[in-house]
Amino acid sequence: MNYSDQFRDKDLVTGLARRIRTLTSGLDKPLTFMEVCGTHTMAIYQFGLRSLLPPQVRLISGPGCPVCVTPNGYLDRAIALCRLPDVIVATFGDMLRVPGSSSSLMEERAKGAEIKIVYSPLDAVQIAVKHPGKRVIFLGVGFETTAPTIAGSILAAQKLGLTNYFVLASHKTMPEPMGILSADPELSVDGYLCPAHVSAIIGADAYRFLCEEYQVPCVVTGFEPTDVLQGVEMLVRQRLAGESKVEIQYSRVVSWEGNAKAQAILAQVFTPFDADWRGIGMLPGSGLKIAEPYAAYDAELAIPVAVEPLKEHRGCQCGEILKGKVAPYDCPLFGTSCTPESPVGACMVSSEGTCAAAYKYGR
Amino acid sequence: MNNDLILLGHGSGGKLSHQLLDDLIIAKLSQTPVRGQNDAALLQIAGGKLAFTTDSYVVDPIFFPGGNIGDLAVNGTVNDLAMMGARPLYLSVGLILEEGFSKAELSLILDSMRTAAEGAGVKIVTGDTKVVPKGKGDRIFINTSGIGVVEHDLTIDGASGKPGDQVIVNGTIGDHGIAVLSAREGLEIDSGITSDSAALNGLVEELLALGGGLHVLRDPTRGGVATTLKEIAIQSGVTITLDEASLPINSGVKGVCAILGLDPLYVANEGKLLAIVAPECAEEALTIMRRHPQGKDAAVIGELAEGPDGRVQMKTSVGGLRGVEMLAGEQLPRIC
Repeated sequence: MNYSDQFRDKDLVTGLARRIRTLTSGLDKPLTFMEVCGTHTMAIYQFGLRSLLPPQVRLISGPGCPVCVTPNGYLDRAIALCRLPDVIVATFGDMLRVPGSSSSLMEERAKGAEIKIVYSPLDAVQIAVKHPGKRVIFLGVGFETTAPTIAGSILAAQKLGLTNYFVLASHKTMPEPMGILSADPELSVDGYLCPAHVSAIIGADAYRFLCEEYQVPCVVTGFEPTDVLQGVEMLVRQRLAGESKVEIQYSRVVSWEGNAKAQAILAQVFTPFDADWRGIGMLPGSGLKIAEPYAAYDAELAIPVAVEPLKEHRGCQCGEILKGKVAPYDCPLFGTSCTPESPVGACMVSSEGTCAAAYKYGR
Repeated sequence: MNNDLILLGHGSGGKLSHQLLDDLIIAKLSQTPVRGQNDAALLQIAGGKLAFTTDSYVVDPIFFPGGNIGDLAVNGTVNDLAMMGARPLYLSVGLILEEGFSKAELSLILDSMRTAAEGAGVKIVTGDTKVVPKGKGDRIFINTSGIGVVEHDLTIDGASGKPGDQVIVNGTIGDHGIAVLSAREGLEIDSGITSDSAALNGLVEELLALGGGLHVLRDPTRGGVATTLKEIAIQSGVTITLDEASLPINSGVKGVCAILGLDPLYVANEGKLLAIVAPECAEEALTIMRRHPQGKDAAVIGELAEGPDGRVQMKTSVGGLRGVEMLAGEQLPRIC
């Protein structure tokens, strides 16, 4: 048995599910917990964990898929940039199929744009080294987990003296939207399964304000089946005891203070700004943009381009789905005009998107 | 969105490929209904039945751990014939070479083709070579067509699965796709995984001993095991339930998939077959496979049942239940 198999042990999982059933058997109103992170959403669907939980526990998905919360305007800019001469756009694969206002990067690639899928921003830096005559633009999308590696790529480009490497940055930070969701009276969240790897960077202390201001229990939870169910059990226990505190289930990775080195590199290369979240809107201080000393690497500043006017997709409920208010199956487009091969909204595209997970695994 | 464009996903073997086939290619060129779509065509010729198939190979990189585009082009077409229960006999080879491609590399590829053909007991009897200007191709593309003879009266096709049938795979899944991916520029992962590229006609010949209990044979290439089983579930009008814990998967494949967010069920195989057999034949089928070099890791991985037509689901390793869909879009383009 290897390390990860221990966290997928059927007997442990069955035992945890039984404990949650026993604990919640007397409840007449179900408890609603939000898994904030897209990787949680995937794990819950992939392992069929909902089928193991009693009806008294309802899991809803939150805004934790980075591709999904990226607004159309960002994609439109990326599409405009990839149409410029001597440009190579480097991106994580998930961004390719996300529809912008009138096109997608995949469509642009079919028309001849040079778009390369990379698994690390450092690979994009290497592309810039190999193609000195081209401008290489990396699409910097992601939360605090991804952002340090992208900051690292900018520092690497600086060290190499590259003048042809750029980042189109649309990084988001996690705790802010959780505050907005907690304050939303339409959405009564009884507890958060807080993201695992984001918390490894920012530390579990970052969620204290949710317990103090909104009295919502928070458990930083890992991505394996036993992690998720133990996280749920900890939330149930807090609720039953009338508590609201931050706990760390994922203690093998996450500390209270987080990763100081990653935080330092984020503070060095990026600066907070008011970011636009698809479906949620502008949230003060919820994004990271490239800081002034590194402006030469900021694609938005360094490569001016005309971007087409914004057009939202009619009927698409991504926004409500990202807030956990609407389940994928309740969206009128789900599975009919919006499918993974012809997606209308980003939630259907990303491998971590709620709709993509529901479509692939749910039925 | 612009619907006129051919996208890479149209070559993925998944849903988009099916749409392109059904809406355009088969609609224009053939009248074969979905139930009758198989790996090769069965032709009634005076005195017997022939199987006829064709496949093009555009794998990138052309050399990968465990094989190259040459043996892939032979084995893949041999396997398509074998999946009809046919004995492969003759292949044609079409080479499309890019100006500037290396003769030394071509020679290595041709050597592999010859070795693979000898191994599978087929003869390469005709061919064609074209050269396109630099930049208009990518080093080498190969097309092979194959003819085989059907020497039995069994009906082995995607529509023959019946409730109660067992799904058997002859070994670990996802090896080919991960081997190719690991060799790709920009990834260079040392996964230790080699492609499973192999001819399966020898194994199929032995499986024919199962007689009428052998219902479906399919090689899960592009789109992987999930997509192939979905096709069979649709063609046979059954529900297929997989048991995740019984899926044979190399730990290296598991590792790479975990890192890159891939699902081994959707990763291509080039030396694997799915055999769907009557329940009373399952033990014998396993025994036949396990004593064959191409089947030592064989396992029963699922079962067919009455139920919603075309549904594939999986009992997860932790005891949950979830649906399994066809590959959507592209997972790893140009893997074969």
